[in-house]
Amino acid sequence: MTLGKPSTAPRTALLASRIRFEEKRILEALERRGVPCTHIDTRTVRHHMEGPPPAWDLVLNREISATKALYAALTFEASGVTVVNSSAAIETCGDKWRTSLALHRAGIPTPRASLALTTEAAQQTAEEIGYPVVIKPLVGSWGRRVALLPDAEATRTVLEHCDAIPSPQAQIIYLQRYVDKPGRDIRVIVVGGVPIGAVYRMSDEWRTNVARGSRTEPCALTDDIAGLAVAAAAQTGAEIAGVDLAEDVDGALYVLEVNHGVEFKGFQEALEGRVDVAEEIADRLVTEVWK
Amino acid sequence: MTTATQTCPECDGALTIDDSVRMSEVLECPGCRSELEVVATAPLLLALAPEVEEDWGE
Repeated sequence: MTLGKPSTAPRTALLASRIRFEEKRILEALERRGVPCTHIDTRTVRHHMEGPPPAWDLVLNREISATKALYAALTFEASGVTVVNSSAAIETCGDKWRTSLALHRAGIPTPRASLALTTEAAQQTAEEIGYPVVIKPLVGSWGRRVALLPDAEATRTVLEHCDAIPSPQAQIIYLQRYVDKPGRDIRVIVVGGVPIGAVYRMSDEWRTNVARGSRTEPCALTDDIAGLAVAAAAQTGAEIAGVDLAEDVDGALYVLEVNHGVEFKGFQEALEGRVDVAEEIADRLVTEVWK
Repeated sequence: MTTATQTCPECDGALTIDDSVRMSEVLECPGCRSELEVVATAPLLLALAPEVEEDWGE
């Protein structure tokens, strides 16, 4: 992404309703570079279509709510503001089926995924994939409501729960072939097309999200891992991406998902002294986006 | 760096907060593990942070 050279210093803002470890580190990194950056509290954002444009040239989108992040990005972009990550990236990364389609279309190895538009069709789909099979909500994070279904009976029960959720989207069922991974997956952070590091996320349970208590340890950023992560980030359009990969028992690599609002506390702790994610993000904003 | 002591609005326990704290920053009470949000910085004021919502995350 390249902006035209501004006649004055770009006005930059960080959008977030919560200042977490990540946002605080990014704000501090920008301050160290002398870059004025205003914090916009997402909860205060409102915009009239005919009103004055927002007072920003660039917004770093760190909103924790995927829905609010998307609509804020759409709103700012409509007024000519550059938003990182963009609404297009959020739409792709924020929906597991759209992500799978984007990765598959690009020939990036990803676990075989299927979609069923009703829970009845999902039962048959699970039989066709074979057990165990993974069911995930289309939208969601931190491993919430992700389940490993061992057989038809468990699948029927979980689908009954999906039917009981009063949301049309909850009855659209995303299923994914289970990857027998060795108790860990791999998180790569890609900033501006550059893979800045990788960690293993280790867990005693099959879900390896850090938000579920997984441990992080350094992982060698091999050419294979780096190449897949960069390709996956590019395919989703995410300038700043957390790419999750799994290696199966035979060592084959798969891209599981691409995260648009990457959290990096565990990543940073594992790679402290080697990589500074906030510094990389600040550098990217200063030296690449504004050049 | 200077620090200030605040009271957790949930458990009345003490929190030590340094002067790098920012508006909307989320802190964890070391006593009850509640998530607290900085809702004012001058003077410093803490409130219970909003509950996690379905679409929160990465």
